[in-house]
Amino acid sequence: MGAVLATVVLFFSGIELLNLTLILIALAVGSVIGAIAARKVKMTAMPQLVALFNGVGGGAAALVAVVEYMVHGEADLLFLIFTVATVIIGAVAFSGSIVTYLKLQELMTSRPVVIPLGAPITILVAIATLAGGVWLVLDPQDWLLVALLALSLLFGVLFVLPVGGADVPIVISLLNAMTGLAVAASGYVLDNVLLLIAGTLVGASGTLLTTLMAKAMGRPLTSTLFGAFTAKATGAVGTGEDRPVRSGSANDVAIMLGFANKVILVPGYGLAVAQAQNTLRELAEMLTERGVEVDYAIHPVAGRMPGHMNVLLAEANVPYDQLKEMDEINPEFSSTDVVLVVGANDVVNPAARTDKTAPIYGMPILNVDAAQQVVFLKRSMRPGFAGIENAVLFDPKTTLLFGDAKDSLTKVVASLKNI
Amino acid sequence: MDGMALLTIFVLSIFVGFEVVSKVSAVLHTPLMSGANAIHGIVVMGAIIVTGTAEDLLPLILGLLAVLLGAINLVGGFVVTDRMLEMFKPKKTVKAIEGDQA
Repeated sequence: MGAVLATVVLFFSGIELLNLTLILIALAVGSVIGAIAARKVKMTAMPQLVALFNGVGGGAAALVAVVEYMVHGEADLLFLIFTVATVIIGAVAFSGSIVTYLKLQELMTSRPVVIPLGAPITILVAIATLAGGVWLVLDPQDWLLVALLALSLLFGVLFVLPVGGADVPIVISLLNAMTGLAVAASGYVLDNVLLLIAGTLVGASGTLLTTLMAKAMGRPLTSTLFGAFTAKATGAVGTGEDRPVRSGSANDVAIMLGFANKVILVPGYGLAVAQAQNTLRELAEMLTERGVEVDYAIHPVAGRMPGHMNVLLAEANVPYDQLKEMDEINPEFSSTDVVLVVGANDVVNPAARTDKTAPIYGMPILNVDAAQQVVFLKRSMRPGFAGIENAVLFDPKTTLLFGDAKDSLTKVVASLKNI
Repeated sequence: MDGMALLTIFVLSIFVGFEVVSKVSAVLHTPLMSGANAIHGIVVMGAIIVTGTAEDLLPLILGLLAVLLGAINLVGGFVVTDRMLEMFKPKKTVKAIEGDQA
């Protein structure tokens, strides 16, 4: 903390600041809001908080450029170019992140939102934004800056709306990279090396992270971002057919698990929502004591952010060596007796391999359908985040145990004690 | 500082950014993203500088808003990253102790 303070003092020494009291108040209020939000958030809701933090950062960068423009007015060409870049990128990151937040917080639908003529409108807005930017550089006028700000905000919204829930993590990462670039550009505007370096670091690392994640989802970034433009609006929604499913009791499940040789647990976001990580760990420990081989299979996009599930399980003190990544665990399913899927759906949906019309087609999945028996703990037959029906649910070797993941797991644990 | 120097720094920073991320395991991608998110909260410094030069009311208000938002980004980002990393820490020590006993 002392080092930080020293840096801050050194940073501002020699610069005369007006409005110091007001600045300190704003700084204090912002810090308190940020710290409280970060302390209070549940780990399950953390991705949307990160999205929100990212958004306000982008907004701050855009505002910095606007104020610098108002105070110093028309300077040289480079200054104007970077001001425009900061405003556009910052504003897009801001409004895009807010929409992402709304999607993840489920304040709006997490399905892709396809507005009529969405693609042409979005492209038009993008062109108008760029054209406005060029115009502002050549002929700086105040109203133009306001218009540019509005257009950029609109573009951010249009750009995130059609992205499906399952792809939102990639978008968070991309917007994060964009905010980084906006901050870097604002560093150029202010002739400030610290902002330039920090912003560029985030921009570069964010871009790489985004590509890595798109690769983990098994398709190019462009199809993630623009996929919904081409897909039919209705194609994504489950058809709700009345095929028979086999549901079992907690006792059945306990017997299956207790007498198996090898069990793989597939935790999904539903597990986290039910706060059942600890109960699952308890179950895993009991099975291990009985001599059952237990592993956790973690899909790279399990949860709402890459690596999110690892954080959640780490919170529940699950031993690290039991967490297996997808490539490592997939060959193991065929020699596994029982797979227990808790609150996951899309990441085990074979439609990703077989159904070319599915929005998740091409995404690498955990091949749970290769196991001898599959048990799903589910709240209902409702399809997952991506809104697609899962054929494994109707497979004769699949047993469903309906109910809240935590209740179900607690019952299974209780039954297991009696076996 | 002249444009060439800034450009050089820009390019070098890109390399460092790539280098850093490519070494981090997928397991830690969430804290990594959150940490990167916190780093660009440094924009609050820029916000303080511009607000410090604002003499009229409108730029002052916008500048203060930028300071507020930047501070939320910076402080909130670091706190949440810290909370996450904290969860990965204790297990390492537990494992280390178990290792010692074995």
